[in-house]
Amino acid sequence: MTDWPLWEVFIRSKHGLAHKHVGSVHAADARMAIENARDVYTRRNEGVSIWAVRSEDIASSSPGEKDILFEPSSDKIYRHPTFYEVPEDVENL
Amino acid sequence: MYSQLVDTGTKRLLAEHELPDAEREFQHKLDADVRVEPKDWMPDTYRQTLIRQIAQHAHSEVVGMLPEGNWITRAPNLRRKLILLAKVQDEAGHGLYLYSAAETLGVSREDLVQQLHAGRMKYSSIFNYPTLTWADIGAIGWLVDGAAVTNQIPLCRCSYGPYARAMTRICKEESFHQRQGYEIMLALSRGTQAQKRMAQDALNRWWWPSLMMFGPPDADSVHTQQSMRWKIKRHTNDELRQRFVDQTVPQGEHLGLSFPDPDLRWNPETRHYDFGEIDWSEFWEVVKGNGPCNRERLRARRRAHEEGTWVREAAAAYAQKHSRSGRRVAQ
Repeated sequence: MTDWPLWEVFIRSKHGLAHKHVGSVHAADARMAIENARDVYTRRNEGVSIWAVRSEDIASSSPGEKDILFEPSSDKIYRHPTFYEVPEDVENL
Repeated sequence: MYSQLVDTGTKRLLAEHELPDAEREFQHKLDADVRVEPKDWMPDTYRQTLIRQIAQHAHSEVVGMLPEGNWITRAPNLRRKLILLAKVQDEAGHGLYLYSAAETLGVSREDLVQQLHAGRMKYSSIFNYPTLTWADIGAIGWLVDGAAVTNQIPLCRCSYGPYARAMTRICKEESFHQRQGYEIMLALSRGTQAQKRMAQDALNRWWWPSLMMFGPPDADSVHTQQSMRWKIKRHTNDELRQRFVDQTVPQGEHLGLSFPDPDLRWNPETRHYDFGEIDWSEFWEVVKGNGPCNRERLRARRRAHEEGTWVREAAAAYAQKHSRSGRRVAQ
């Protein structure tokens, strides 16, 4: 007997934030994944919504490609508001 | 200390220039306090050490349910029973967070559980002691969970991301465990003479095994040095043990109970409590499998797993039958 499939669990707390990854559970099917995630990750009102996604269905970037993948954004400092010069007496900008 | 004596596969600590390039780069990353994540490159010895430590820790949470489960049906009132149920449920949850962290290193939970059941992986020595009276539930919460918190707070800063995150959740929940235990001890020590004797007896039996939870002195151990260099471990066993003693003795005095150690006294020079010699021969006997409950604990674990087989099989069969996407599910 092998383990049931692995599911990654995402929980949204009640303050309107996005679902956040909290860990994983083993479950035979989606309903069991939600129920197990409820028991394991929300014993203290941590959330109002649960997503469970089969771990094997998640595509992720590879750590080895980190430099090529994120380099294009690192030299575009003009994308940040602090790049621009604003005279000191100009307000609300 | 829920994990004790973790082998790092290291025989000698290598100097920086002796490390292969990849390991040197890895070490620089750790030195800069960059967290290691599951898909990052890591030395195999680092991976194996973490698997051993996290699995041992997970097993301890799970086996740790057994001594307490013993008292669920005999809790003195409904309030205590609800609290104990919630605590034991937390321990199961902690075991699961930790198995889930271990799995990010490429092992399966089933395999880790099999290794525990086959006696090839350890769990903390403390859970091989029996819970003889209700006061033991108080002493476990106060002392055993107290020692666990002392050990686990530094693990929240462990270099391996998934372990550190699991520990952060666990530490938040453990403080309830420690407080509920102290409250039980408080109620008993303010109760009748018989209740006070019961509390004292529990403290007498749990004090030394709780100090042993931190493991033998290890400042000179190559495994400790390696583990500290990898930032898995942040303090030596003796440092953590001393911290625990310093925190706990005043709490015991507040209860009006005495500690079973004639050498225990405040040292105004070191500003720490001095305490007596620990009987390490008892610790090694328990670790070797000869503690009061080693065989019973493993038997209970195996039986629970075997008796649950039909449930796991039924759930897998049900999922297979209803899987519309036609994807293969567990056999």
